Amino acid sequence: MPSSDKSLFIVSKEDWSLHRKGYQDQQRHEKKVKEIIKQNLPDFITEESIIMSDGKQIIKVPLRNLEEYRFVHNYQKQKHVGQGDGDSQVGDVLGQDSPKQQAGSGEGAGDQPGVDFMEAEISIEELEDILFSELELPFMEDKDNDHIEISDIRFNDIRKKGIMSNIDKKRTILENLRRNSTSGKPGIHGISPDDLRYKTWEDIVVPHSNAVIIAMMDTSGSMGTFEKYCARSFFFWMTRFLRRQYEKVEIVFIAHHTEAKEVSEEDFFTRGESGGTICSSAYMKALEIIDSRYPPASYNIYPFHFSDGDNLTSDNERCVKLIGELLDRSNMFGYGEVNQYNRGSTLMSAYKNISKERFLHFIIKEKGAVYQALKSFFHKQEGGLA
Amino acid sequence: MGSEMEQLEKSINEIMEIADGFGLDYYPMRYEICPADIIYTFGAYGMPTRFSHWSFGKTFNKMKLQYDFGLSKIYELVINSNPCYAFLLDGNSLIQNKLIVAHVLAHCDFFKNNARFAATNRNMVESMSATAERISQYELIHGTDAVETFVDAVLSIQEHVDPQLIKPRRLDKKRYTEEKIRELKEGLHTIRPSTPYDDLWSIDQLTSSAGPAEPARLPIFPPEPEKDLVWFIQEYSETLEDWQRDIMSMLREEMLYFWPQMETKIMNEGWASYWHQRIIRELDLTGEETIEFAKLNSSVVQPSTQSLNPYYLGLKIFEDIERRWDQPTKEEQERFGRKPGKGREKIFEVRELDSDISFIRSYLTKDLTRDLDLYVFQKQGPEWKITDKSWENIRDQLALSRVNGGAPYIVVQDGDYQRSGELVLRHEYEGIELDLKYLERTLPHVYRLWGKTVHLETVIEDKKAIFSYDGQKHYRKFVS
Repeated sequence: MPSSDKSLFIVSKEDWSLHRKGYQDQQRHEKKVKEIIKQNLPDFITEESIIMSDGKQIIKVPLRNLEEYRFVHNYQKQKHVGQGDGDSQVGDVLGQDSPKQQAGSGEGAGDQPGVDFMEAEISIEELEDILFSELELPFMEDKDNDHIEISDIRFNDIRKKGIMSNIDKKRTILENLRRNSTSGKPGIHGISPDDLRYKTWEDIVVPHSNAVIIAMMDTSGSMGTFEKYCARSFFFWMTRFLRRQYEKVEIVFIAHHTEAKEVSEEDFFTRGESGGTICSSAYMKALEIIDSRYPPASYNIYPFHFSDGDNLTSDNERCVKLIGELLDRSNMFGYGEVNQYNRGSTLMSAYKNISKERFLHFIIKEKGAVYQALKSFFHKQEGGLA
Repeated sequence: MGSEMEQLEKSINEIMEIADGFGLDYYPMRYEICPADIIYTFGAYGMPTRFSHWSFGKTFNKMKLQYDFGLSKIYELVINSNPCYAFLLDGNSLIQNKLIVAHVLAHCDFFKNNARFAATNRNMVESMSATAERISQYELIHGTDAVETFVDAVLSIQEHVDPQLIKPRRLDKKRYTEEKIRELKEGLHTIRPSTPYDDLWSIDQLTSSAGPAEPARLPIFPPEPEKDLVWFIQEYSETLEDWQRDIMSMLREEMLYFWPQMETKIMNEGWASYWHQRIIRELDLTGEETIEFAKLNSSVVQPSTQSLNPYYLGLKIFEDIERRWDQPTKEEQERFGRKPGKGREKIFEVRELDSDISFIRSYLTKDLTRDLDLYVFQKQGPEWKITDKSWENIRDQLALSRVNGGAPYIVVQDGDYQRSGELVLRHEYEGIELDLKYLERTLPHVYRLWGKTVHLETVIEDKKAIFSYDGQKHYRKFVS
């Protein structure tokens, strides 16, 4: 033990690998962050950065609740002492506040005045996990005559009969050795047809399930940016949700005002048209597309219609009738109305009276309600399935 | 590896001899070489044995990230304890370790000799370990969430303790408070004397005052504004269970232990930087080592823009004191009777008696503020601007920012507001407003601890303002 006359010291180096406290509490923190995200899902899922993204990136969500709150001075309204490089003058500008900056917490000295605002990183997939754990596909039907698609084969059996190209040489020789040994002449010789062994395979059958979303949206003059954004957010998550349930999910976009046409995704969300609204046109178009391309026997069909509810009154009756026809072919029909100012809606007044189980409707009044809409259309069902 | 350790031990021996020669006075040292994540864990928790809490995990993650990205590096961590534990980062070069060993010896000298640390518990490593154990026991009994929510609430007011070094009337806080309350109550019963001897007549009344006190106009509970929120709530809250009081008192002990370090940050770092430089100068270094030392040293004491590097500021003030007491001016010699050559002696005295506030107030001179190019800056519109370069204002502003460790000074004004049992806190406003968002989110924490409506009185835009929270809603009231 080295020691000087007066003071004692020890130098040691231990194995710290079991000291995991920092990581454990870090996990605890992360868990709390997740909980908060869950509480704030309605806000997060309509974040523009997500809806407009390609869905692959990691997104940053602002976290307001995981700060360690305490009584602190208002950093912005406080005087501070700083240090220059020798020739600072009164009136020198040190920096500007970017609008996002908030007061730093407690500690005075940071690199810049007040930069401590909380952000958590989360991948869209994680967000999906949290969101979709609350959703379920209602009215799911077994499509009996699903395309049986053979996706792969697997060699997993040995038989005495088979085709030559699949011969299992190792097992054949082993058989030969065994037979020769029992007959008292060990060694590999005289392979007889009896020794031959063949590999055989099994088909891996994946039931092929398809779903198609018929996304219909009112693009008449009365549908503004907000209405479209809500619809877009909804379809964004709906598509991702269905992709988890089905192997293949196709989307057909139908835009309509007084007449309907099939459009590309981009046009669907961006192009605005003017004019009045006749919703039945879209339903007609949907029926036409279903009948020509998506036989209900092999497709799970989800028609969803977004509108501001401002339909030509005389058209309503026809709409109700067509919805009935669509329901005959579809798993469910969803009608979402974006109605931010609580106007009277001609369409809703007609739809209120539809008492079909698989017809669902929801009114979105603000961005946060997109989450409610998702939950309402894809709610977890109690008891048995319909 | 073995030879590396031997070399390090040899150097430590040498460094300690030099330090002894300079008169540094420290506890026995325990040097522990640890990997980075352990050092950062200790940095985040303030102590290796501290209890578990998500906020430490958050800090740890932040610090570790900075380290991983090469943005910052902690080379050492030293703990105020006897023996004194110093943690060295595994992978430090020998010369880095030499600097650090010298640096931590000076820290330890400071812990041992500075007056603010006189009452700190030098066995805190063990105490904190026991606390951590107790808290995790409570988690088992009462559930992790219940304990965590409670600890969250306590941590929200943890800075509001009273690190009193002197106990009034040599009584503990509770006895003192009770005694004062009794005096106040009795005081209300005494008849105001009209002749110098009238009070003699009321002696009887004084001793037999058993009747209920009249409604007092001044709050008598607490008898004096109480700075120690944690203590007051832990002692007088009617909603707390025993385990909760226990946690509060343990966390309060921890805060009181850390408090002197918050009060002496500039001095302590300045002192350690001063000494590592002096000690390393005495060592025989190779050319290469000298350069490496210079690099590390300059990264430690490097002045930074906009914020103040406490290492640098403290170092410069200590050097300035030494110079001024070594070579006093004629005036200083005549007016203050200062004799030349007393520099060392003086800085040892300063390290014993001062804290950051008095250190700055007494020793940050006009020349220093100019040499260091210090300034006062504040926000004007969207811009942060230098607004003042007069040295007195710089000095006062800096001292002000160190009051109460930088946290707002808040006292318990009334623990039984209008006899309703509500709690009134008062912010001792000295020109710096509180952050309202934080204020309104902290009050529910205080409510959780007190169990009844809590009010906080402060000043906003030169107007008295009262913020309240009753468990359901927030209220704001401005009194002009």
